[in-house]
Amino acid sequence: MAKNLAWKEKAIKLLLRGAASTSILIVLLIFVFLGKEAAPFAAEPGIGELFSTRWMPVSFQKESFGIGPLVSGSLLVTGLATLIAVPFGVCAAVYIAEVATPWEREILKPLIELLAGIPSVVLGFFGLIVLAPLVKQVFGLPSGLTALTGALLLALMAIPTVISISEDAIRSVPASYKSASLALGASRLQTVWKVTVPAALSGIIAAVMLGMGRVIGETMAVMMVTGNAAVITASPLDSVRTMTATIAAEMGEVPFGSDHYRALFCVGIVLLISTFTLNMVAQRVLKRYRIG
Amino acid sequence: MMNRVMNRKIVEGAVYWLMRGTTYFIVLVVAYIVIDIVYHGLPVISWEFLSGHPRRSGAEGGILPAIVGTLCLVLGTIVAALPLGIASAVYLSEYAQQGRFTRTVRSAIVTLAGVPSIVFGLFGLGLFVLFFRFGASILAGSLTLACMILPTIIVASEEALRTVPQSLREGSLALGATKWETIRKNVLPYSIPGMLTGAILGIGRAAGETAPILLTVAAFYLPRLPNSVFDQVMALPYHLYVLATQHPEADKVRPMQYGTALVLLVLVLGVSLMAIILRNRFRKRCRW
Repeated sequence: MAKNLAWKEKAIKLLLRGAASTSILIVLLIFVFLGKEAAPFAAEPGIGELFSTRWMPVSFQKESFGIGPLVSGSLLVTGLATLIAVPFGVCAAVYIAEVATPWEREILKPLIELLAGIPSVVLGFFGLIVLAPLVKQVFGLPSGLTALTGALLLALMAIPTVISISEDAIRSVPASYKSASLALGASRLQTVWKVTVPAALSGIIAAVMLGMGRVIGETMAVMMVTGNAAVITASPLDSVRTMTATIAAEMGEVPFGSDHYRALFCVGIVLLISTFTLNMVAQRVLKRYRIG
Repeated sequence: MMNRVMNRKIVEGAVYWLMRGTTYFIVLVVAYIVIDIVYHGLPVISWEFLSGHPRRSGAEGGILPAIVGTLCLVLGTIVAALPLGIASAVYLSEYAQQGRFTRTVRSAIVTLAGVPSIVFGLFGLGLFVLFFRFGASILAGSLTLACMILPTIIVASEEALRTVPQSLREGSLALGATKWETIRKNVLPYSIPGMLTGAILGIGRAAGETAPILLTVAAFYLPRLPNSVFDQVMALPYHLYVLATQHPEADKVRPMQYGTALVLLVLVLGVSLMAIILRNRFRKRCRW
């Protein structure tokens, strides 16, 4: 009887351990299957093909699969979105953590969580109908589908991430730091900006990086409002095409196993590696700050 | 001296108002988006819209197949992800010891949470659609979405397990119960509301995501209901995308777009709101 019980306990523990290891399995499978579908590209058109500067997957003469325009498109949109999201996100986080009254916080936090809950395709739709015409009018452009329009929407998506993680960081600054600063005669505002925020800085940086990770991987909203022109440009008012949008838009139409199909998986790998790196570094930063 | 103090007070006041303004500006934008969609979408909602099949490639008729498709996907996703997620969380919070395996699992969960949704789409296409030969189907789509929401469920369930006080476990163990009996009878029952929160948050995400289902299940236009898990279906988010960007008369079908957006928004925000309320009530009740 007792032996039976012990056996059962062991079996259950093993089962649960197995369940826990599926996360590892999925991560491995993601890398394996992306690699598997992309690998033949290295042999046939060759990796070098990816470094050309033209993305022209369908052509009567010669296709070219340079991911330069796609990477630059993603970088431009992500950079702009970060520039917009950081001041808003950090200001709001400081306000919610340090200034807002308790009932104000009770209302503000769920509302910002609500923003995080809006599906990206709905935001993209809103961007297409409301934001794009606005951008077009303000800047007098022929089309409102620009990198800036995409960046504005993406900033909106990054803001909840930036706020909630920054707020955690700000709140976990020891109260003794603040008391010491106040005791030295600094005002509340001086304490916030010169003591609390610097003490929470690494947490805030991690928050921004996690927000960027979200932005760079975002697909639908970007695809709907950036115009999808695969050109290398640094102007926010040009139309660009990001890596994510390229995969989503073109995967539906490519023949399985073609060079174009493989190239899209290569783009996926580049995307995966960049978000993976961003997240890893952010986690490192977060961990270091928690100990310190 | 007086002057400097006065000046400082004015500056401080201005900065406070600036911060307050920034925060409320964000909230206003959120409110504007929601109100815009409700305002334009509400007149479109009718029984016919909710229960009819689309006609003329979505320009007329209803969105029933898309609603049913999304519900099927969500159901499949939860059936796959919830048991796995809860089991992982139980292992991590009750059994796991500090060590290499636990560390690897934790970093895998963090990695998974950061993988872009379109990459999940590629992964689902490679593994479920092609390798397992499920084809573009509810099964392939649900499994892909399940991989995506697994971290959400694990993290929420673990948090729920952690709120159960240690004394409850010790009491049960002291009475001679085994570890699993303790977990099943004294830990899990108290953490169910918290786990539900995680499940609901996951549902919200699964219902709203477009990119993963784009490559694994979603049909462009398929005005009928699915018969089996190997069928393709329409889904609300993809239907909205198609109507808004791919339809030849995108401007003329605007009301249909707003209607679809509203149904999707209500579905997703409705479940998220439920999760938030449930979580707050649970937190209040569970001050041990």
